[in-house]
Amino acid sequence: MANPMPARAAEQSGTATSDAIVEVRDICKRYGDIEALRGINLEFERGKLTTLLGPSGCGKTTLLKIIAGLVPATSGQIRINGKVVTGPGPERAFVFQDFALMPWATVLRNVSFGLELKGVPQAERHRIAKHYISEVGLSGFEEKYPHELSGGMRQRVGIARAFSVNADVLLLDEPFSAVDEQNRRKFQEDLLQLVEKERKTFLFVTHSIEEAVYVSDRIVLLSPRPGRVSQIIEPNIDRSAAPDVIRRDKGYLDVVEEIWQGLRQYAE
Amino acid sequence: MKLFGFKVPMMTSLLFWALVWEVVGRMDVIFLIPPMSAIVSAGFELVATNSWQNASLVTLRSFVVGMALAIGVGVPLGIAMGRFKIVDNIFGLWVNMFVSAPLSALVPVLMILFGLGETTVVVTVFLFAVWIIVLDARAGVMQVPPSLIEMGRCYGASSITIFSKIILLSALPEILAGIRIGLIRGVKGVVIGQILVSIIGYGELFELYSRSFDMERFWALTIILFAAAMLLSAAVELFEKRIEYYAGAR
Repeated sequence: MANPMPARAAEQSGTATSDAIVEVRDICKRYGDIEALRGINLEFERGKLTTLLGPSGCGKTTLLKIIAGLVPATSGQIRINGKVVTGPGPERAFVFQDFALMPWATVLRNVSFGLELKGVPQAERHRIAKHYISEVGLSGFEEKYPHELSGGMRQRVGIARAFSVNADVLLLDEPFSAVDEQNRRKFQEDLLQLVEKERKTFLFVTHSIEEAVYVSDRIVLLSPRPGRVSQIIEPNIDRSAAPDVIRRDKGYLDVVEEIWQGLRQYAE
Repeated sequence: MKLFGFKVPMMTSLLFWALVWEVVGRMDVIFLIPPMSAIVSAGFELVATNSWQNASLVTLRSFVVGMALAIGVGVPLGIAMGRFKIVDNIFGLWVNMFVSAPLSALVPVLMILFGLGETTVVVTVFLFAVWIIVLDARAGVMQVPPSLIEMGRCYGASSITIFSKIILLSALPEILAGIRIGLIRGVKGVVIGQILVSIIGYGELFELYSRSFDMERFWALTIILFAAAMLLSAAVELFEKRIEYYAGAR
């Protein structure tokens, strides 16, 4: 294999770090004859944003959905806060690639839907929902319907919904892939501010190298057929700088290049 | 619409054809086509008669009962077919066969089964309307986006909640479209049923007028029926549009 050596072997071998909120243990997933994931061992630290990055077919979305409890693993364990989980739970919230908004419900009802399912009284859940609607920059759109919003705005609704249930872990499945390029950049910047402010653990799936490097504390590179962890990279980018400065930073560009070198063998 | 630069009001074409009809009728070419004016005045006389009012009541009653049954059976069956493979396998073939079958041919059999009365007409309405309602409800349930269901699961909804708060509402536009087409087919069902049974409601009147060559009343009744069917369809469509508005993002 031409794979570069794993940058941080210790994290892959499964030795417990002090504050892992999500632990992935020997996860394998088969769809009939097709092996989607083989022996995945990962730990996700509390309060960090980790990206799962890889070419299509590497099983990154499958892994995220297994962690979410939406897809059962063939073998292996997922632990959240040290407890083994087998299905969805209130400590995890999911942001969908296609937004998964209810077209018949207003922004306010969509954002408060998670709380509605938990049985939170209407006044309370609307208060919380309105708070997060303004956090994601959609104040004034509470009574609009999803089809009256642009793709970027719809995904902001999806993110506000995930925030409002106050989960510890937010799982984002290619959240910006259906958002156009200009809005995507703005969105990434806003997401970083939210990460800073909300102090939650983020697991982020993307196929964009630049996006991964720009937003992540840690990048897990997956290789395809079957999906395995091929490399773990910590970009160590100073995020206090302005977004435009970061995007021209030498360190940032070097990491993008490093990842590209690792992935180019899979490009067609 | 514009014609030679003049704005033409919407009902103009209807008026034009009524005028052509009037002219042809006055020329007295064929007894089947009496002048439009005579038909209209016959229509006004007709609605004042006891026999028309009774016939309308009977027709309306058969239609409403038949449609209520069709919706009551069709929507749940369609939803069950969309949700459960086994139900789909059991009923799928039959529904697809009946939806395009020439059901009028079955009415004589129904007459033997249910007698020469209202029951046969009710069953005819039911059979005409129910299949398309089943198919549309099924299609609506099957095309609920999988991510919406995953969303419900992920935020802790039970299967019942997912069904009532997500699947049902998501399928509503298709269910309503099925009901609208079902209503139109039901109107056909009630008329065909009554004509074949021919001793109740509009069927009796049609039979009477055509046998006595009372063409004015025959046409008046036909026009009233057409107008009623169109109004019914338009009313449901109006309701549907409001629902579609919310589902516009799909």
